[in-house]
Amino acid sequence: MIQEFIVGIILGGIPLSVSLLLAGLGEMFTQRSGVFNLGVEGIMMLSAFIGFFVVYTIGSPFLGIIAAMAGGALMGLLMGLVSITFKASQGISGIGLFMFGWGLSGTLFRVYVGGVTTIKGINDIYIPVLSNIPIIGPILFSQNPLVYVAYLLVPVASWLLFKTSWGLKVRAVGTTPAAADTVGVSVVKIRYQSLVIGGVMAGLAGAYLSIAQAHLFADNITAGRGFIAVALVYFGRWKPAGIMGGALLFSMAHSFQRLIQVYGINFPYEIAVIIPYILVIVVLAFTWKSQSLGPLALGKPYDREFRG
Amino acid sequence: MVEKINHLEMQHITKRFPGVLALDDVSIELKKSEILALLGENGAGKTTLMNVLYGLYHQDEGSIFINDKIIEIESPINAMENHIGMVHQHFMLVPNLTVIENIALGYFQDTRFKLDLNLVRTKIMEIAKKYGMAVDPEAYIWQLSVGEQQRVELVKALTLGANLLILDEPTAALTPQQTDELIELLKEMARQDNSIIFISHKLNEVKSVSNRISVLRNGKLVHEGDTVSYTVSELAEEMAGRQINLPKSPEKLEFGEVMLDMKDIWAYNDQGGWGLQGLNLQLKAGEIMGIAGVSGNGQRELADVVSGVRKVEKGNILIDNWNITNHTASQIIERGMGYIPEDRLHEGSLPGFSVRENLILKDYNSSQISSSIFLKKKVIDKFANNLIETYNIKCPDMNTSCASLSGGNIQKVILAREITRNPKVLIAAYPIRGLDIGAAEYVHNRLIEAREAGMAILLISEELEEILDLSDRIGVIYEGAILKVLPGRGTDYKEIGLLMAGVIDE
Repeated sequence: MIQEFIVGIILGGIPLSVSLLLAGLGEMFTQRSGVFNLGVEGIMMLSAFIGFFVVYTIGSPFLGIIAAMAGGALMGLLMGLVSITFKASQGISGIGLFMFGWGLSGTLFRVYVGGVTTIKGINDIYIPVLSNIPIIGPILFSQNPLVYVAYLLVPVASWLLFKTSWGLKVRAVGTTPAAADTVGVSVVKIRYQSLVIGGVMAGLAGAYLSIAQAHLFADNITAGRGFIAVALVYFGRWKPAGIMGGALLFSMAHSFQRLIQVYGINFPYEIAVIIPYILVIVVLAFTWKSQSLGPLALGKPYDREFRG
Repeated sequence: MVEKINHLEMQHITKRFPGVLALDDVSIELKKSEILALLGENGAGKTTLMNVLYGLYHQDEGSIFINDKIIEIESPINAMENHIGMVHQHFMLVPNLTVIENIALGYFQDTRFKLDLNLVRTKIMEIAKKYGMAVDPEAYIWQLSVGEQQRVELVKALTLGANLLILDEPTAALTPQQTDELIELLKEMARQDNSIIFISHKLNEVKSVSNRISVLRNGKLVHEGDTVSYTVSELAEEMAGRQINLPKSPEKLEFGEVMLDMKDIWAYNDQGGWGLQGLNLQLKAGEIMGIAGVSGNGQRELADVVSGVRKVEKGNILIDNWNITNHTASQIIERGMGYIPEDRLHEGSLPGFSVRENLILKDYNSSQISSSIFLKKKVIDKFANNLIETYNIKCPDMNTSCASLSGGNIQKVILAREITRNPKVLIAAYPIRGLDIGAAEYVHNRLIEAREAGMAILLISEELEEILDLSDRIGVIYEGAILKVLPGRGTDYKEIGLLMAGVIDE
């Protein structure tokens, strides 16, 4: 019974973690470069719709994902235009981006689709033989293909950030942009690139929700996951492994509260529902102190000729 | 590969900022193995000129020639391609990266992925060996002292291929001994075919390091020539445009009661380490005590604990025998504390508020200024106009916002506010930092007057000259404690310098 319960939590939690992980990894690059993109939720929502709509009309999940990522990239560029080129406040631009993505996806959905419609999307795969191993089999070898993609991106993101020349530039630009600028690194270019990467990842996260997880699009399909992803970047100390840990912790807590209700355990479900959110707040409250490790220039537009 | 710099000329450079003519038809010239000193007061345009050369600003008029060919420097990349390197006054290093990573940042311009740190390490060690500089490539920048960071900046510039080095106020945060070492290092670099532009407002250094001198004043080139042909006082006059002697406080033998008594004070710094470690200090009425030290040795924490914005972990602070330890700032102000903070624009004033409002910031609650919840407009207007006149604050009217005033005038607003409150103890942190010499003279005269009026003044400064001019006693602060107290008269630079580096020779 207990074993079944725990396996149940894990099985339920892993799919929930994917969109958080993807969006969080993307936002990590964005924040590492010094831009605070609060609009992840909006990007995810719009991309979830774009992905859904492409599958709905053309029928190809692959094209759906590509289109969702392209949409995410465009949203990243838009954020860049407002917050880097026009130097608007990043917090406000992010909220604007969120509202834009939210409103546009809902409107397009009502105009072109109307009601709840399911699509075929991407289904879980069952790796022969391996998926039959008890406990490990269902957990590791019978997941959605995008689950594997998301978790493979953790080491890839780590490598990009810490082992490449580009990653070094991203870290420098987000901490001391003037230092990067004076050795010839283009702050604007690196920040745009990071925003586009963040947008593409949020786009993939959105596509996962509509194409792989729900097989449909509905208003507010993201349900705040984009904002949780932003919080997880802080939680994970701007490191891929930390963000993965945060995504797992949050989604396992979420899965736990679902199972409590399913099993009818005598526990007030209202409290169970807020457990994951309380967890995030508590953890953030205890982690903000080590801010010095993070990108110091986060949220500050860079202006070379600014005379203070 | 662009050839190395044998001859640099900047001709007729003009640069305007909104409302300011920062550079007005300035020309300078520099040859291989030469050290050119760029001399001038704060705001004279030295840094602006060098930022133009380094591609951070673009000139509105004029041109730059290297080896007699005209070149366009649009950005720091172009400057680096042309072998120009710059060490900024505020170091351009990323604190949470290592030395190697900081240098690799500029080394791999065109590569996306390959990050060959071993290659960079080899290059760094080559340069370090060539010039005899000790550098630990694996250290994180935040672990290094100011002097070490400066060496990293020099190694960085050279590793990235510079043979013309621009140093902007390189000695601002160094002890006199470290300054001497730096000067030797720069001379060695010049001997090895590099050329150097040395920006400073300190005449003695300029005299000992440079071959030639160009003096800027208010954005104009007012003088150039060989270093050996001019004396220090001639240069001082060129720099200020008139003869200036900063006032010295007259000698005094009798002081009043102890007004500020700090006993074994311990407090944390912003990084969570100890900022003050058992600091003891006594200040008497009618006395100026100078606090000398390399910045970062507890000056900031000292000013913070006395003004009540930093928690004292251990020890007691008494103002006029009244214990104010860990009282709120407003309680401490009530007890007779005046404070001229280091950051005059963010701590000392509210830049968006008018001069009039800034003048009553500490008294808005007193019965003269307000009745119940209303401010007494007429009283305040009169009060403000009075101070503007007495302190000669140059502003269109009292409703001008503080942010639009010059640094010197903002400082006058703060001085007016603090001194008219007639405090028992006045803390002045870096009171002339960034001011031109005329404004500095004004501030010093006011401080001397306040001393005559019987205030106990704690003067925190990194300019030894300022401390020697004004202080009755000098306390040298090192690692969060007063290492030694010296008499204000008859003490020389060398003695203070050694103490600033933590050396007690007895």
